[in-house]
Amino acid sequence: MKQLFTFIRKEFHHILRDYRTMMVLLGLPIVQLLIFGFAITNETRNSAIAVLDISKDEATQNVITKLESSRYFDIDRSLTSSQQIEQAFKNGRIKLAVIFQPNFQNELMHSNNAQIQLIADATDPNQASTLVNYASSIIMEYQSELNDQNKLPYTINTEMRMLYNPELKGAYTSVPGVMAMILLLISTMMTSISIVKEKELGTMEILLVSPMKPAMVILSKVIPYFIVSLVNIASILLLSVFVLGMPIQGSIFLLIAVTILYILCALSLGILISTATDSQLAAMLISLLGLMLPVVMLSGYAFPIANMPTILQVISNIVPAKWYIIMVKSVMIKGMGLAGIWKESLIIGGMTAVFLLISIKRFKIRL
Amino acid sequence: MQEKEVLYMKAVELENIVKTYSAKKSTVVAVNDVSFSVNEGEVFGLIGPDGAGKTSIFRILTTLLLADKGIANVLGYDVVKEWKTIRSIVGYMPGKFSLYQDLTVEENLEFFATIFNTTIQENYDLVADIYKQLEPFKTRRAGKLSGGMKQKLALSCALIHKPKILFLDEPTTGVDPVSRKEFWEMLKRLKTMGISIVVSTSYMDEAKLCDRIALMQNGQIMKIDRPQTIVDEFGKNLYAVNSANMFRLLTDLRAYPQTESCFAFGDKHHLTMKEDNPKMLNDYLTNAGHNDFNISKIEPGIEDCFMQLMKI
Amino acid sequence: MTNEIVIKTDKLTKKFGDFTAVNEISFEVNKGEIFGFLGANGAGKTTAMKMLIGISKPSSGSAEVAGFDVYKQTEQIKKNIGYMSQRFSLYEDLTIKENIQLFAGIYGLTDKEIESKGEALITKLNLQNESNKVVGQLPLGWKQKLAFSIAILHRPKIVFLDEPTGGVDPVTRRQFWDMIYEAADGGITVFVTTHYMDEAEYCSRVSIMVDGVITALDSPANLKKQYVAGSMEEVFIMLARKAKRGE
Repeated sequence: MKQLFTFIRKEFHHILRDYRTMMVLLGLPIVQLLIFGFAITNETRNSAIAVLDISKDEATQNVITKLESSRYFDIDRSLTSSQQIEQAFKNGRIKLAVIFQPNFQNELMHSNNAQIQLIADATDPNQASTLVNYASSIIMEYQSELNDQNKLPYTINTEMRMLYNPELKGAYTSVPGVMAMILLLISTMMTSISIVKEKELGTMEILLVSPMKPAMVILSKVIPYFIVSLVNIASILLLSVFVLGMPIQGSIFLLIAVTILYILCALSLGILISTATDSQLAAMLISLLGLMLPVVMLSGYAFPIANMPTILQVISNIVPAKWYIIMVKSVMIKGMGLAGIWKESLIIGGMTAVFLLISIKRFKIRL
Repeated sequence: MQEKEVLYMKAVELENIVKTYSAKKSTVVAVNDVSFSVNEGEVFGLIGPDGAGKTSIFRILTTLLLADKGIANVLGYDVVKEWKTIRSIVGYMPGKFSLYQDLTVEENLEFFATIFNTTIQENYDLVADIYKQLEPFKTRRAGKLSGGMKQKLALSCALIHKPKILFLDEPTTGVDPVSRKEFWEMLKRLKTMGISIVVSTSYMDEAKLCDRIALMQNGQIMKIDRPQTIVDEFGKNLYAVNSANMFRLLTDLRAYPQTESCFAFGDKHHLTMKEDNPKMLNDYLTNAGHNDFNISKIEPGIEDCFMQLMKI
Repeated sequence: MTNEIVIKTDKLTKKFGDFTAVNEISFEVNKGEIFGFLGANGAGKTTAMKMLIGISKPSSGSAEVAGFDVYKQTEQIKKNIGYMSQRFSLYEDLTIKENIQLFAGIYGLTDKEIESKGEALITKLNLQNESNKVVGQLPLGWKQKLAFSIAILHRPKIVFLDEPTGGVDPVTRRQFWDMIYEAADGGITVFVTTHYMDEAEYCSRVSIMVDGVITALDSPANLKKQYVAGSMEEVFIMLARKAKRGE
């Protein structure tokens, strides 16, 4: 036990004395989240939008005035035809178009089913969803005002269309995505590098020729990074709740539990990499290219999995981050309980077991 | 009864050890049919240049590497079957060994003590001599120590768990003569405490500090014996020749028809002759125009013997 | 040719914070000399050498190497010297030929020169059959001989050798020194560090550094006389034992 404790303390010396790496490890998630956070809150003011109003009646004028008086939108009055609007989308001049159906007021009053179409440029999904949300809430507001006055249920149907990125990957994906990426970076890359470093230094020879069991060596390499990962999780969650205003709908304990499961998976992957490489450079490249890339490309973090070719969809199943992101979204955003994520938990648990099994088989007791 | 058996046991025994490494195209025979044994309490030296196979032998003995052929024992334990036991009783200082550069002197020693299930205090008397010299710098990071100091710390780390046998792979490479001298003095003291030591070096002058040595080249042992015996078996008269112009002397000596071998040795040239006749050489050099020269018969060193063996 | 000075330092000093690694060293090296630069580990040899080859800026004092100032003319210095160290000499994963082409190219030799000089070098070292092998497969001694030949391929005025023979077998070590003699004979000044004290004896003159200061500088014969010692090893140990700096 004392061996383990001393070894872990040694690892902490390594980590804490390398200030630069430590700052990157602890600062990176914060910086990354803040960048996402500010991108979301800043750019949605005074966005250029177009309005296509064929019916030109009282109701449409009221809606337009309401849109215009909000601080979110600037209506580009020069755009008056659907062709012009389409062109403006392509040029990127506008981010949103509000299209009223013909005879809007008439429909509203008589058939009780007036249609407004919101078309957003979803190349920037965060912005698109925010704009659509703003616009539809303004329309709803108008609708409820109308109902207050008339005591009659008028309904406006807002139909949304996302151009270019119909999946609408929004702000809420960035937090789970950053979590998945940072944890993988720290747990997998740093663990594998720190084990391989001992091989490069020649100290691994001594460790092998000592009564210290290989499992102990591994365990003491893993624990410090496990703790650093927990610190990161805390800072990410605090930031996302208090700075980005993204509430945790489900149980925070469940969220932490699945995160720990994911960290264990990432750590065992790190051990696996360290058994396969002899140089720090190779360990880093494998972690970065072999893991970070799939996390970004195939986990559903940046690109919707549903839109991928079948082969990539199949491959995405072996990316642990995919399952983790699903779990975080389920718990954090949708507020689901364990019953909703048991399948994903089992998958990650199974992956961890496989990685560990292979590592133990591959771990060399000799050089 | 068993106690007695242990006492008369060989510290190390190797029999017909072969180790090959296969690279892309070619296979390299690193250790080629090597057999030797080390007595308990002995300082045994593996002497040879880089690539002679010394490191492979150390790794086989410390159970880090499996030999292709042959058997090896350390303190009676088989290196393949009883590797766990061997690992707990040997002290090993690998050639590439660097300590943890970002840990201090004290932290390094403490760390190695702990992973060997002991404490600095418990075996302090063993490392006291060496560690005393390091104590003034104990809060300094190992990366900031000089070569000599690093070696001393590494030795302390290898010793801290009171091993019965020490394996030191090129402990003095790149270390200055003063630190080297001090290092060997430490080994001598360790020997008096009954620790068997197997040490390798590429510095031939260190050979005479061992009880017995194996001269190695290209994975093979050329000769094993006490240094003095090896010197006695040189079998030729060796002459040291010097003159005012050493470079010209060397070319002239090499051109001398009776020269068997001639090598520069510091401020003298060492020479063996086919027909042992210093007087004839004297005449030859006088004729060649060397005036201030001097020929004297000397006792060969291990380096002379090594070079003689290399030629065969 | 005689007594042409190629290295001249005057109170050359290098400080790292409040630690003086090299403390006011002054010496001269003549053309064609084999100058042994000795010292214990941590005495400041490497730092001094780095200043002379133009990769480390002195804190104070002055030095000229091959007639160029170590503060301002480092580019010219680099063109006029060769450098070889034990740690880095050649690219292990390139063949002998490729290494020759690379380094000769770096030093601006023409293709024709590279061809002819490279050919001569390979023949001289008896490496005709190995010339397309990667350097990593050669024994250490061969590597070092090859590295030295390449370091002087562009006929530098001075060649700096940092522990060139560590770990090399005794016969190859001597062949290496034969090459050093030959280069010096051809007018190349050799500036060499070593831990083999018998090699110190081969030098024309030797300096011994202790704690950042040159405490002795003379021919091996004179040093032995001065310190009443039988060998350079004794001289060295006498001087280096006085070191206080426990770096």
